[in-house]
Amino acid sequence: MRVRVEQTALPGIGVRHDLVTSAGRTVGVVSHRNGRRDLVVYDVDDPDSCVAAIPLTDDEAEALADVLGASLMLGQLSGLREQAAGLYTEQVSIPAGSPYVGRQLGDTRTRTLTGASIVAVLRDRQVIASPGPSFVFQSGDVVVVVGTRAGIDGVTSILANGEPA
Amino acid sequence: MNHTTVLLTELGALLFALGMLGRLGRRFGLSPIPLYLLAGLAFGHGGLIPLSASEEFIEVGSEIGVILLLVMLGLEYSASELVGNLRAAAPAGVLDAVLNALPGAAFALMLGWDWVAALVLAGITWVSSSGVIAKVLADLGRLGNRETPVILSVLVIEDLAMAFYLPLITAVLAGAGLLGGAKALAVAVLTVLAVLVVAIRFGRQISNFMSVKDPEALLLSVLGLTLFVAGVAAGLQVSAAVGAFLVGIALSGPVAHHATEMLSPLRDLFSAIFFVFFGLATDPRDMPPVLLPALGLAVVTMATKVLTGYFAAKRIGIALPGRWRAGLGLMPRGEFSIVIAGLALAAGVEPELAPLATAYVLITVVTGPMLARLPDYQWFKNYVRRRTAPKAAPHFELPTSTGK
Repeated sequence: MRVRVEQTALPGIGVRHDLVTSAGRTVGVVSHRNGRRDLVVYDVDDPDSCVAAIPLTDDEAEALADVLGASLMLGQLSGLREQAAGLYTEQVSIPAGSPYVGRQLGDTRTRTLTGASIVAVLRDRQVIASPGPSFVFQSGDVVVVVGTRAGIDGVTSILANGEPA
Repeated sequence: MNHTTVLLTELGALLFALGMLGRLGRRFGLSPIPLYLLAGLAFGHGGLIPLSASEEFIEVGSEIGVILLLVMLGLEYSASELVGNLRAAAPAGVLDAVLNALPGAAFALMLGWDWVAALVLAGITWVSSSGVIAKVLADLGRLGNRETPVILSVLVIEDLAMAFYLPLITAVLAGAGLLGGAKALAVAVLTVLAVLVVAIRFGRQISNFMSVKDPEALLLSVLGLTLFVAGVAAGLQVSAAVGAFLVGIALSGPVAHHATEMLSPLRDLFSAIFFVFFGLATDPRDMPPVLLPALGLAVVTMATKVLTGYFAAKRIGIALPGRWRAGLGLMPRGEFSIVIAGLALAAGVEPELAPLATAYVLITVVTGPMLARLPDYQWFKNYVRRRTAPKAAPHFELPTSTGK
């Protein structure tokens, strides 16, 4: 389900984004024009007022976003595995001799040929979630593939020597 | 001692004293504006220690202070922000003008003043202090609150309205009469619309023309452009302040951001001088007779500001506590009221106007931020809750009450 993030302009100050969680709490971020941001948590009794406004530096905001983003990614992957029997998640590395090093993800046509999806790429210990068709592979990338057994094998073979097994 | 040495010592002592006062005020959570005004009263004619040599410098400095206050205000908003806000919050702005300008005008007429003075006092009671209120909101940690955009949009509309009000009042004070005032207003409307259109269409090109890379050149060019346009505007009877405001609006993006950073210290210096100058020009011996009327006016117009905020917040579906926060937060009057009173003072209308305006601003700017804290106290929250509780079933103002 998509979450609705509401954006409100604060003339002279910046902009506020907020969302209501399924538990009924409201959290938001006030982004000041000068680069400062505050993480705000709203009161349960009075949803118009915030009980806490926590100023975050650039580094702190990035660290927080990383923590939330990474746990989200892992949660989604394990969720997929539990949901559907017969659907597998596998990490496939791109070998140095792969024909797709330096080429775009769209060129591989893996989804059309095998039915399996590349949902993420791990590069330099970072997770690049849902890479688009214009994403360019580097040697050493590890792709996270979701699909049937045969589909994943097909992707592995395409990435290794350019054609499905 | 010759003139220059006296000037330097007087000015130095004055600024040092202002710095100390500002620090003292901060300790009590007080805006420096009332302290600067009081300092001006103490140093002026009939005050404790009259200044002799530096008054001329302070007079010029106060002119620059007004211009810098206005250009910084313009820099804070972008043209598209102003126009977008105008569409969304116009009813709140109209309500604000009606509820707060009319009591001022009625009060002046009750005192037996003429319609020019009534027009001036209407402006003084109308405009809240965006500087003081923004500071209060930040200090109380309310920037993320849902009613805060309501407060800000009322302030933005007031500031924009000043772009029309100031030329009108300048022309009327210059003795141009109603017809002259209407002409000045028409010129101002056309100028402001033209600047807004140009700023929205070509804002990027104008801003690119000023390089951000060289801070010194940027400071000089922005300050120079502002003073030049302000001077030309004053020459055209459109009010120097409005010219400066429009320069601020026309600049956007990184140029506006850097210019804000560089002009801030200058603004702090010259606006302090401006408030002191206004205090200087007011004789403290004129204050006691107007204290009571000022108090009455303050009580009435602070109540009307609460109503303004209450209804503006209600309009966009803010619950009861938030409506009170919006209302009580809008009360302080400040820099604009003094700017308007300063114009009237220079034109020499109604000798009681300046002391009244001083007392009025002192009262609202000191009590306003204190009263703004009221909704944060537990007894106030309990009171509001008790009042909503019996009606809670048919109302659904507090949707989270089911979670308790």
